[in-house]
Amino acid sequence: MTSIDQGALPAAVAGTSWRICRFSGLKIEASAEALIKVNAVAAVLFLALGGLMGLLVALTRWPAVQLLPAEWFYLVLTGHGANVLLFWIIFFEIAVLYFASAVILGSRLAAPKVAWFAFLLMVVGGVMANYAVLRGDSTVMFTSYPPMQASQWFYLSLIIFAVGALIAVFVFFATLVVAKNENTYEGSVPLVTFGAITAGIIAVFTLASGAIILIPTWLWSLGLISNIDTLMYKVVWWGMGHSSQQINVSAHVSIWYAIGAMVLGAKPLSEKVSRMAFFMYILFLQLASAHHILAEPGMSSSWKIVNTSYMMYLAVMGSMIHGLTVPGAIEAAQRRNGFTRGAFEWLTKAPWGNPAFAGMFLSLVMFGFIGGISGVVLGTEQLNVLMHNTIYVPGHFHGTVVAGTTLAFMAMTYLVVPLIFQRDILWPGLARWQPFVFGIGAGGISLFMMGAGTLGVARRHWDISLTDAAHAYEFPAAAYLMMGLNGISAILAAVGGVMFIVIVVGSILAGPRLDRMGAKLTFPLHDKGRESVSEYGSHGTLKLPGTIILVGIFFACFMLYYFVNWKYLSELWLFR
Amino acid sequence: MAISPPTNRLWWKDPIHGIELFWIVIAFLWGLFMFFFMIAWHFIGQQNLSNETYKVQPSAYVERVDAFAEEFQVVDAAGKPVEEDGVPVVRPPAGGDAYIVARLWEFWPILELKKGESYRIHLSSADWQHGFSLQPTNINISIHPGYEHIITLTPTESGTFGIVCNEFCGVGHHTMTGRVRVVD
Repeated sequence: MTSIDQGALPAAVAGTSWRICRFSGLKIEASAEALIKVNAVAAVLFLALGGLMGLLVALTRWPAVQLLPAEWFYLVLTGHGANVLLFWIIFFEIAVLYFASAVILGSRLAAPKVAWFAFLLMVVGGVMANYAVLRGDSTVMFTSYPPMQASQWFYLSLIIFAVGALIAVFVFFATLVVAKNENTYEGSVPLVTFGAITAGIIAVFTLASGAIILIPTWLWSLGLISNIDTLMYKVVWWGMGHSSQQINVSAHVSIWYAIGAMVLGAKPLSEKVSRMAFFMYILFLQLASAHHILAEPGMSSSWKIVNTSYMMYLAVMGSMIHGLTVPGAIEAAQRRNGFTRGAFEWLTKAPWGNPAFAGMFLSLVMFGFIGGISGVVLGTEQLNVLMHNTIYVPGHFHGTVVAGTTLAFMAMTYLVVPLIFQRDILWPGLARWQPFVFGIGAGGISLFMMGAGTLGVARRHWDISLTDAAHAYEFPAAAYLMMGLNGISAILAAVGGVMFIVIVVGSILAGPRLDRMGAKLTFPLHDKGRESVSEYGSHGTLKLPGTIILVGIFFACFMLYYFVNWKYLSELWLFR
Repeated sequence: MAISPPTNRLWWKDPIHGIELFWIVIAFLWGLFMFFFMIAWHFIGQQNLSNETYKVQPSAYVERVDAFAEEFQVVDAAGKPVEEDGVPVVRPPAGGDAYIVARLWEFWPILELKKGESYRIHLSSADWQHGFSLQPTNINISIHPGYEHIITLTPTESGTFGIVCNEFCGVGHHTMTGRVRVVD
């Protein structure tokens, strides 16, 4: 561990080249930069494809439009899930992991050749999955529950992708070791890196679960195994399917902290509390597989209660802590920056015109209020019966993964393009509006799908008018209204998505170059000169009235919504 | 900043701010409450999903459903067996066992239950996974092939109720429905 000279410079390692970022002061190594670029670009391409599929799905579920025929609808829905939930998110997360290790720690990337190999595997997996789905014989939904069978290429593609992602995660861990050995930083890793380590650890668990269930399922599709138990499949598959969403949570919470730091100069209120909250994720988030087994036969109530609550909601506690410490850190920083009037001047005078900040803050609010609260309610053992497999479920996870994760990743991209690609953002006027257009659209699809779900509309269903069904059933008119509003919101989100892709691709290809002397950022990073001289709020004097009001409102909404659902439940038929 | 190492190398010795501590305590207590409320509902609540499950061969299950439907099919005044949309209407004895099989793409048969009476409803699938979604009451339960799930159900309102499949089961998924009648 300590065999390297204390004074050894990383540049001494053969074959690495470096540059210093003029805006952030970060020391960036060339191969890390290249790998962040390719992973981010791949992520955005899969987002474009998956997002288009999502729009087609929403327009088909709009009863007045019903765009696609049934077979195409189910096919496109399968592709939508794989492209955005796996490929967009995990490619971007790999870029985040490389950023949080090599760039933030000022280290070289360990084993760049292995990282390229991992990237190649992931691309092969992603392309092969789309090939399998578009062939038409793998319309099994993203979850591919047996005994419904996809073609062997579908399972194989996911295995190849998972192996690639796993290798990339190990490159991340190896980079941490390199940084430590080469003394590229002093003391403990920064909080953002700590959050990324959390994401990395959860990713190993997740991808291993995926391998454990998909390898036998692949062998089954080849005819080498006769039977896959449906219940076992669900328990293990969701060890990947749900836990992989916890990689997102860890990654986007890290991004919240990172954007707060880079744009506003925010520092954590207390390192100990924020790190403990991440640690709660490592310990408990993986139990979430149970959220998908609450309405199943064959599992005991005790198993369901312990697992679905992440062991007494200790992981939820982690998220609630971030829900205070992230806006709290921003409020403290803004007050240091001089916005001290009233409870909310720090927020009203925040840089809402900077898409990185606007996207980050909208992501924070919507993840908490929409995705977070609905997730806890949906994951309550008994309440799940009210919504299981209704369109409430996609409503919930569009609140977490689209309004939360995707919006945060988009916000981060507005920093990655200038700092890593060294290109300024083209069309800043468009970029200013992008987080709001996409955010309102994403919030809308979440809320309207949740609304339709409480009225009983099924998820993954082509025709809620049940025209060709054996027995007719009429859903209430309000359900049709909700699905129509969902379609309109999806169009809005798609417009925001197109804006994002146009801005990012345009900026990467043709944005003003930033590697010349004197070039300035359109959306500036935090300027330390703006901070008032006096240290605002040491632990003795810390005052965060705005944040306290915000979390107070959040907690009131949380409790109200929780008890309203128990009231609904108590009015159901009796069953035991 | 969150992207640089902690300024205090011994950050774990920093005191925790009062605001943070207060919120941690609130979050922890709320979590405990929600955890124990799920347990409490098993004692005070009337809606708890049964865990009674048996392994079953799908073909054997279908035979039992057929026998059940034959035994308890409703007969009209003229002595003719009653059907709706070509599916037998079956009136299980109050307090007794009732069977539904989910298969591509129907829930079979139609049950006629009496309001306020309890029935042991057996649910299983003959082929793929399906979703039992009783509407407009909005009770949603997964159905697996090979697992027989028994739920003691007591209807509290009368009328005609739809069962909509809410687990994707192939290209005819959106045509898969069933029906439950509840009489006073």
